[in-house]
Amino acid sequence: MLQQKHLLGLDGYPSEDIQVIIDTAFNFREVLDRPIKKVPSLQGVTIVNLFFENSTRTRISFELAQKRLSADTVNFTASSSSLKKGESFKDTAQNIEAMKIDAVVMRHPTPGAPKHLTEFIDAIIINAGDGTHEHPTQAILDMMSLHEKFGKLKGLKVAILGDILHSRVALSNIFGLITMGAEVTLCGPPNLIPTFIHDLDVTVNYNLDEVIEWADALNVLRIQRERMGRGLVPSTREYRSMFGITQERLEHHKKEIVIMHPGPMNRGVEIDGSVADSDQAIILDQVLNGVASRMAILYLLCGGKPSEEKV
Amino acid sequence: MGLKRLGKNLVLKNGTIIDPHHKKTIHGDVWIKDGTIAGVGGFKAPKSSETVDCSGKVITHGFCDLHVHFREPGREDKETLQTGSLAAMAGGFTRVCVMPNTNPPLDSPESINFIREKAENCPIHIHPIGAVTKSQDGNDLTEMGLMHQEGAVAFSDDGLPIQDGAMMRIALEYATLVDVPIINHAEDVCLRAEGVMHEGRISTHLGLPGNPDLAESAMVHRDLELAEFTGARLHVPHVSSAKAVHHIREMKQKNKNVTAEVTPHHIFFNDDALTSFNTHLKVAPPIRTEEDRRALIQAVKEGTIDCIATDHAPHTIEDKETTFDLASFGMIGLESCFGAVHKVLMDQEGLQLEDVIALLTAKPRAIMGFDPDLFTLGRAAEINVIDADKEWTFEREHVRSRSINSPFYGEPLKGKVELTISCGRIFSN
Repeated sequence: MLQQKHLLGLDGYPSEDIQVIIDTAFNFREVLDRPIKKVPSLQGVTIVNLFFENSTRTRISFELAQKRLSADTVNFTASSSSLKKGESFKDTAQNIEAMKIDAVVMRHPTPGAPKHLTEFIDAIIINAGDGTHEHPTQAILDMMSLHEKFGKLKGLKVAILGDILHSRVALSNIFGLITMGAEVTLCGPPNLIPTFIHDLDVTVNYNLDEVIEWADALNVLRIQRERMGRGLVPSTREYRSMFGITQERLEHHKKEIVIMHPGPMNRGVEIDGSVADSDQAIILDQVLNGVASRMAILYLLCGGKPSEEKV
Repeated sequence: MGLKRLGKNLVLKNGTIIDPHHKKTIHGDVWIKDGTIAGVGGFKAPKSSETVDCSGKVITHGFCDLHVHFREPGREDKETLQTGSLAAMAGGFTRVCVMPNTNPPLDSPESINFIREKAENCPIHIHPIGAVTKSQDGNDLTEMGLMHQEGAVAFSDDGLPIQDGAMMRIALEYATLVDVPIINHAEDVCLRAEGVMHEGRISTHLGLPGNPDLAESAMVHRDLELAEFTGARLHVPHVSSAKAVHHIREMKQKNKNVTAEVTPHHIFFNDDALTSFNTHLKVAPPIRTEEDRRALIQAVKEGTIDCIATDHAPHTIEDKETTFDLASFGMIGLESCFGAVHKVLMDQEGLQLEDVIALLTAKPRAIMGFDPDLFTLGRAAEINVIDADKEWTFEREHVRSRSINSPFYGEPLKGKVELTISCGRIFSN
């Protein structure tokens, strides 16, 4: 069992619980290699996937994890227009509560929305991304992938590259990795790295080549196309030349470095297609580990309350 | 409990009488006859007078708040002049200045007159502040001269900063005609951007868009320079940052026409309190760091900040019971003001009770030129009876406002207003 009822974020989350989740996730990884990829662990548990923001990968990953655990799942996708009205959030929450749901997996564009949801309903809440705040399950699958590759997290040198300011993936990774004893360096355009980020015990280095020399692994974030040419990033070619993970740049450094990406990728912008497809990239392992991690999280949070009450 | 008409003769007996105007503290009685002061200290009141034992209590001036939002006209579901008056009296306020960001805004002599007429039936004195620009659009100057004649005591586009420096210059220059202060909500809207809380360590943890302190201090600095340049009166509302305090301190050394206020919430809370995503703490300007809070308290102690003002800003439950980005800015503050301010400034910071009271009475009155001599015989009574030692916890039952958006619930406060006398009425808590 985990110490906290919900998984809202990794800020202040206990290291021993992160380790339990990762260990459990490796057990579920084996399930995914079996011919019949299904266990009855969460039979009778009802989970709603409540997505107030578009998502394909995270939602499918959660859905698969739920199905592999034999949970009953419902999907709710709110249109962005109903989102504008604040009260619909409370109403939606209370409707879900009335329908006797055990757990809610929620994505929402506003930081703190999952915390807000806990004030309205008793169900277990799992944050699948809240605006520019946290994306804890992504960070856990990233840490699981690093653990798989290196056999440890403590002392590992991890660089996160890109738009840190708008990235919940970066923030959750920072909280998780620091808690687990890794070292974190951030790299990206100075205006896309929060001014007060050093308070989170990370290092900032704008020189990508120095960062590559330093790092064991490089987590490359998606650079949102809508930020290009809107005052935040001057142009695609400027970004590529300063911060792009190109084949040429990596060849210049004669060292092994593990490349990660949370997806979806902009091939040819923040990362070359050939780098993404190379052996040093563990991007597809991350995807598979995502299902296993989410199985572990759902199992550890929702387990213990399955179907003993069957008549 | 509640509001009543005053009887013919009322004697407040055996209190500590604090007169913040003459800076005098004596022990004795106060006699109120037909709603006016008939005796202070020693006198002969009729035997039939109603008496209130004030042993161990303080008798002092009614408080004056230069910054409230009573939402009338337009959002009477949040507050009205009447309900706001009750909230004020529950907090010991007998005189308030209402901000003009109503719907429609108070941007004409007619709308100022509307407030003045409606205020005549209220149990406290309500002074309208006129808008600086028509529709508060930041472009066209209002009829300040005519509005002043109708009773506007200052001009402000509060809630909406005057972003255009040339417009601010014009407003300050023109206001010298009527010699009242311009009150500019000082936040550079470009630097503030989408910020919903102070930009710092906590906003970084929460992933919430930050509003940096320099959004305030840069505009305060501009306004101070413009005030000096034009010779106009400038009042800086709700100062929130150490940087703004620094600029005000510097300018005050050479310019006597500058005044400033701070809210109870900016000296009570720091941004650590926002880690709960509590929307009741979402205000503009934002609650800032502990260092900023310390600087504000220091500024109050040394006189850089002249007075306390609540920025009482009522909102509906729906406006606040939502996600942080959608929640409205503002909190109510009249009822909790004295207990919060007294707790911080006297209990924690060692100010004298007389000094705390002055921040709520003589000092704000001096800024607006309101009659300061409230214990003079024959004057309409604006009086508070206070239990300064009372420790209490702020709860919903203490709220008289039509709205309940306060972050003070459950907070232990110190010092409570027990009786407030104003406009021939008496309010007891």
